Amino acid sequence: MLVKLSINGEKREADVEPRLLLVHLIREVLRLTGTHIGCDTTHCGACTILMDGRPVKSCTVFAVQAHGKQLMTVEGLEQDGKLHPLQEGFMAEHGLQCGYCTPGMLMTSYAFLKKHPAPTEDDIRWAISGNLCRCTGYVNIVKSVQYAAAKIRG
Amino acid sequence: MIPAAFEYHAPSTIGEATALLARLGEDAKVLSGGQSLIPLMKLRLANPAHLVDINGIPGLAYLREADGFLRIGGLTRESELEESELVRTRYPLLHDTSKVIADPLVRNLATVGGNLAHGDPANDHPATMLALGAEVVAVGPKGERRLPIASFFTGPFATSLKPDEILVEIRVPLPPARSGGAYLKLERKVGDFATAAVAVQLTLSAGGTCDQVGIGLTNVGLTPIKATKAEAALKGKAPDEATIKRAAELAAEASEPAADLRGSVEYKKDLVRVLTARALRKAVERARAGR
Repeated sequence: MLVKLSINGEKREADVEPRLLLVHLIREVLRLTGTHIGCDTTHCGACTILMDGRPVKSCTVFAVQAHGKQLMTVEGLEQDGKLHPLQEGFMAEHGLQCGYCTPGMLMTSYAFLKKHPAPTEDDIRWAISGNLCRCTGYVNIVKSVQYAAAKIRG
Repeated sequence: MIPAAFEYHAPSTIGEATALLARLGEDAKVLSGGQSLIPLMKLRLANPAHLVDINGIPGLAYLREADGFLRIGGLTRESELEESELVRTRYPLLHDTSKVIADPLVRNLATVGGNLAHGDPANDHPATMLALGAEVVAVGPKGERRLPIASFFTGPFATSLKPDEILVEIRVPLPPARSGGAYLKLERKVGDFATAAVAVQLTLSAGGTCDQVGIGLTNVGLTPIKATKAEAALKGKAPDEATIKRAAELAAEASEPAADLRGSVEYKKDLVRVLTARALRKAVERARAGR
């Protein structure tokens, strides 16, 4: 089936089998490998992308369901060679160690900060509760999101 | 994990969708939020030959009060329920529930209708809707049927929906004055199914006795359970500690949990007792506060 979508502002299309998962379309067909596959069972959130602005687990969506949708992946965060405040925050506050969960954490946090520009620590912990990190204990991830929130607020 | 091959259908009207379901029969499954169905397909526990994706049908996602009901569209996402001011202020039981279903990312796709139509006794809305005395509206090729929730869950992963019917709306009766509800769930981690969970909805009379009581139990039986004896023990009585204690014991007796990694039978039954008492206290507190 022909799937036409927009990803990080660019129009793309692909002819796919209905059973192809969206994460496989993104990584293997569109060759955007910033999005990770972690658990492959809807638990870990490493594959989180935005579909029409909302963060979803792309291992639990069929590629055909993205027809006509606007997607955003971690590759879409950097603009004109400048890192997004969230990416900067994850660097400054050591919000990652192995980095496996990072693309998912970034996309979830990106959508979250759009809706909640001045979140409390509890708000942030709630927002990322569908994204698992096995390195950081989350403390530095929360600090990274706080860093970005402050920077975006200016 | 790769699901088995299937044919994909994306109808744009309910009529088209039900005609497809009628033609394809038992080989077809409705794809709503997909957050239960797609994992099952990836595990090859479900291998439908056809998927009928209803996400492209306009007008199925809404939350509004009309004609004596809160009407929840069949495609309304859990996150819409969670973010709704109407639900937060008027339906605390639904608000509580929407916050503990799976995780925030799953809730962006998962639908309230799917949570019911899947018929999984571990899902959260079945108990919630049993407590609220909701009804489900199903549309098939022969028209519309209104199905009371009390007889909707017919077995594990089985409901009274016919294979060619689509759940298009859930109707929750408008809560009278002095109503309150609460959902209490124990889960090992965010995103896990409940070890056990209890939904309570009640309405107090002007004199402070229980006019209406609904109690639903999650993941402690082959189907979601309506704790009718516990409800009866409260009806017409003041919800004092002795009455709450008795009702909680009856709810525990009504539960039929199986032992698994989440706990033993005894542990889960006792958990139902404790959660029922706590949910009742919270619901009473909210009813007295006017929510």
